[in-house]
Parts: sequence; C-alpha cells; structure tokens
Amino acid sequence: MPKTGHDLSKYLRQEMMPNVWCPGCGHGNITRGLMTSLDRLQIPLNEVVVIGGIGCSGRTPFYVNTNAMHTTHGRALAFATGTKLANPDLTVITTMGDGDTAAIGGNHFIHACRRNIDITALVFNNSIYGMTGGQAAPTTPTGEKSTTTMYGNIDQSFDVVNLALAAGATFVARTTTFDFQDIPDMITRAIQHPGFSVVEILGQCPTYYGRINKLGDASQMLDYEKDLTIPQGYVSREEMVGKKPIGIFREETRPEYTQQYQNVRQKAGVKYDS
Amino acid sequence: MRLIQGNEACALGAIEAGCTFYAGYPITPASEIMEWMARLLPKMNGTFIQMEDEIASIAAIIGASWSGAKTMTATSGPGFSLMQENLGYASMTETPCVIVNSQRGGPSTGLPTLPSQGDVMQARWGTHGDHPIIVLTTSSVLDTYEMTVTAFNLSEAYRIPVILLLDATISHMRENIEIPEMEIIDRRKPANITGFKAFADESFLPFGVGEQKVVTGLAHGEDGLPRASDGENAEHMLRRTYERMENNLDEILHYKTYHLDDAEMLIISYGITSRASKAAVQILRKEGICTGLLDMQTLWPFPEKLINELARNVKGILMPELNLGQMVMPLKAAVEGAVPVKSLTRADGQLFTPDQIAEAVMEMTDSRVCVEVTKGNNQINGGNNHA
Repeated sequence: MPKTGHDLSKYLRQEMMPNVWCPGCGHGNITRGLMTSLDRLQIPLNEVVVIGGIGCSGRTPFYVNTNAMHTTHGRALAFATGTKLANPDLTVITTMGDGDTAAIGGNHFIHACRRNIDITALVFNNSIYGMTGGQAAPTTPTGEKSTTTMYGNIDQSFDVVNLALAAGATFVARTTTFDFQDIPDMITRAIQHPGFSVVEILGQCPTYYGRINKLGDASQMLDYEKDLTIPQGYVSREEMVGKKPIGIFREETRPEYTQQYQNVRQKAGVKYDS
Repeated sequence: MRLIQGNEACALGAIEAGCTFYAGYPITPASEIMEWMARLLPKMNGTFIQMEDEIASIAAIIGASWSGAKTMTATSGPGFSLMQENLGYASMTETPCVIVNSQRGGPSTGLPTLPSQGDVMQARWGTHGDHPIIVLTTSSVLDTYEMTVTAFNLSEAYRIPVILLLDATISHMRENIEIPEMEIIDRRKPANITGFKAFADESFLPFGVGEQKVVTGLAHGEDGLPRASDGENAEHMLRRTYERMENNLDEILHYKTYHLDDAEMLIISYGITSRASKAAVQILRKEGICTGLLDMQTLWPFPEKLINELARNVKGILMPELNLGQMVMPLKAAVEGAVPVKSLTRADGQLFTPDQIAEAVMEMTDSRVCVEVTKGNNQINGGNNHA
C-alpha cells in the first residue's frame, strides 16, 4: 500500500490479503477512504463493526481490521440495526453495493433512512453486478449494456441520493472514486453525524461495466466519472443537465433512534411485576 | 394462579429466560407475542423493535445477539418462510437466538386463524444446506412458558438457533397456570479473552469485548475468517456443530410419557394433538386396550433411539398429526419396521377429537386385555425437563 502521509497498515486485516477485487476496481479507493476516516477518528477498532452484504462490496468488512460481519444479500442494514440497537456504544458502518442497497435490500434501506438510527451506510455504486459476472443493476443507466441487457437497458435507474433524501435520511452525500481525496472527508463526516448517514460513492468496474460498454480501462473510466459528475451548488441548472451532482445534499439533526428508545424505556417506567 | 394466553406465556417465558432484544413483524396468530414484548422489554431495560418485514426481523435478532443480547422473534408460516435464508445464517454463524412459529394452515396465506402442524419439516429443513437446528413444541399454556425458557437455555448453551413451534390454538387459548421456577442458562464465557477464537467451541464474546471478530455466512475456520473454497474445513466445521447436538441429547430431548408401563399400543404425538391423544388413552383403556402416549416436546433432533426402544415393547404405533403425514416419516425410519406404524392426518384447520384417535387405535388391534386405570395422572416428564 502506498504511504501518503499516514501508514494505514494497522487498519488492514493483513491475513485477508490478497483481496478478491480485480485490478483497477474502485472498491480499493473506497476502502482506503474508510481506513483513513477510522485513522482520523481514532475509535478503538474493537468498538467498530463493519457490516457488509453480498457481492464485491460485501467483502470490505474482511479487509478492514475492525469487527466484521459479512451477512446475506441486501440485509446488511437489518443486521446492523440489531447490532446498533442492542449496543449503541458501537460504531456501526455498512458496506453495500448498488444491488444490496436499491434492489434486494431496497426495503431495508428506505426503512433505515426513515428510522434515523446512528448507522453509516456506504453505498459502493459501480452500476453493475460485478461478482456474479456483469448483470444489470437497479443503477445501470437506461440504454446501457450488461450481460442481461445486451440490447440496452430499458429500466429507469435508481438515484440512490434522491431515494435516501425522499426516505428521510438525515445525512446524504455523493462522491466518486475520481474524487478520492473527498472520500475520507465524506465518510468521516458521515460517521460523526448523529443519525442515519448515507454516502454513495460512484466507482469503476472496468472488468464488466467498462468492458461491456466500451468505456476503456480503469483510468479512462475515472475520466468518464469526472465528466459525468459536477459539484452541486456551484453551477447553473443548464450546466447540470445530463450530469450527476456530487457533494453533501443534506446534513440535519433529527432525534436519533437509540436515543428515542431511551425515552420509551423511561415512559415504560418501573420493572414489570409478573 | 394466573389465567393467561399461550402467546402471553411465551412472552413471559422469554423475559424470564433473560431475553433483552426482540424484533418482529405482525402476523396472525403470533402478534400478541410481539405486543407483549413491546410492552415488557422497555420496562426491563431491554429493546423491542418492529421491523419492516420478517427477513429484517431475524437479521436484527442475529445482529443483536452479536452485541451480546439474548434475542427472539416470533411469526407464523408466511413470515417463517421469509426467515429461512437468515435462519441458515444463524446456524452457520452459531448465533444463539430463538425463533417462534405459531403454525397456521398453509401453504401460502392458507388458513390464517386456524391451527396446523404443517411446518414441522420446514422447521428442520427449511433453509438450504445441512445445518444443526433444535425444534421444540408445546401442548399447553404452561408447556409454552417452560419450553420458551428451555428454547433460550438450549440456544445459549450450544450456540444453535432454536425454533419453538406453537399453533393457532395454543397461541390463543387461555389456561390457569402457576408460573414455575426454572433454571436459566447463559452463554458460556471463554476462559481467556486474549486470543479468543469466535468459532472454536460454544464459548462466546460479543462485539466490543476482547479483540475484533469476523462473522460470515461463508464457510470459515475457528477464527471466523472465510475459507470459501476449503470443502474439507467446511465439512469439519459442520460435523462439529452436529456433534454438539448429538453429544448433548440428554439435555436437548424433552418429552412426556403417559401410561407407557403396560402399553401394548403406543400413540406418539406432539403439540396440540397430544391433548386429544391423552384423552384417547383414557378412552382406550376403558375399552380394555392398553395404550400409552409419548408426547414429543423436542421434534428435532428426532428422538430416534428412544422411539426405537419403545417400539420393541408394543404391538403397534399410531401417529396423529395436523398435516398430511410429516413426522411419521422419521418415525417409520426410527421404528425400522419392528411394528406397524399408522398415520392419522387432517389438514382442515380443525383439531382431532379424542374419539377419532381412539378409533384409529382400535382399528389396529383386537386385544382387549387392559384393566381400566383410575384417572390419576400417571405422567412422567421425560428427558431433561427442568420444570
């Protein structure tokens, strides 16, 4: 691992190397961003639980030297809700792919947003199902190709940020692996946010999405990400057309779920006498 | 004495066993369990959460169990079907947790308010792959209280998920019970926190205590790290948890017997059906047919050794069950053809009457040698019944 300022090796679970990700995969950039955030926050690693779903992103908990829970497809947030609620002192972070978040686990995602429980959801969005071999995701843009949309995708794709905003998440941000220096900033602010926080990170899958859609190698895909996105709030409406905004879309305080449950306990009063 | 409902007894048993976390989703006929838990848990400094579906409910209790809580969820057939994938996850990750299924008529939405025993095979084999699981069932409100505590005790002791099968009748009926004192078993703590391996044996440490832990549904080693291509290790880890069940059958197998001493005919039943079976034994003995009853409270692991031994002392066995013949399959395998085994089934959402069961036994035998016994309660608690 290149050392840029800090040695992050203590945040890496060395015995799990080498990782399963393809050369040029964006997941490494995001994982490095998460490790940098953990280094900045200095939370004891045994008090952090990283909970993943299934797929390439779901492997992240194995590589970060915190507690790790590699769960079932789409269910990371449901497991995380139990873990956090039963011990609110733990810092709970989920790593989910776009399929985990917006397809099989869509229900858990919107309800976690609604509940505002203090969990940080990192959404690794590479617009495709990578581990199973390049099938269409709920985030595959309309018209684009995958191994299950050979003639062009006719589905409308989900915008994870808009979904999170509509469902009531109190911290919502988006960045890209091109903007890799922003990733630790976003993740750090998300972890510090007292409520449910969502950071969507657009990343490249050169093996499947890039190859099938002829977007070139990893570095060319990063250029593509740069062209696709634009920092929100700094440009006119006209300049936003056809672009994905990046930045922090919401950062507000609403009563947090585990805190609210303390109120429930107080209202319930004294010990039940059977 | 208190007049309480089966579902209430389940909730009270859970609280008594030390349950501090419940996640669930409403469904008939199990909803009162979650209503009671929602009311009781916050008073005990515990936590209740109503999740978005049953998949999330079982996920949440597994997640909470790794935060150190004793956990439970309750549902009925359709929700139990949704839970199957994560039930396998609980088994694979050796996570203590209790899943209650108050059975109703199926398949699909079926007969939502009527009793059934149609999920006994699903409870054993519903999730994919070989997996250790313990399945208990109950035949009264008192039994429901005791078996709920037992479900927690076994799950905590062996790190195996335990399924408690009720049915629409047990869940909703009310009986006067004296709440018994019961032994409570907690998760075993490891001798040394340093160097603790999360999957070495039954001992357990939650997240936040000791070193970082790795938990995965992939095949893994004793340290929890995935070994997804190592089939030999996967089989070793699987056989090890199976042996944990097999080596502790004295603790796991619970049953009650009734008039077995001189029985020529044997009724083997479980759950709500055992109530009618018990009355049938009295009817049959009046008719001169020496009949006994084995009421299975543990369905899985199946008590094959016990049944094999009992079969050698009788002339025939009847198994009545509220399905089209499910537990009669392992029963026949255990009897090994030693005596005739007859299956009596119904799946119309109604209970057996004692007469129906008695008639089925009468059709199996010409023997009328039994001396009628007094109505004294010649009932023995079998296995390791902590009650």
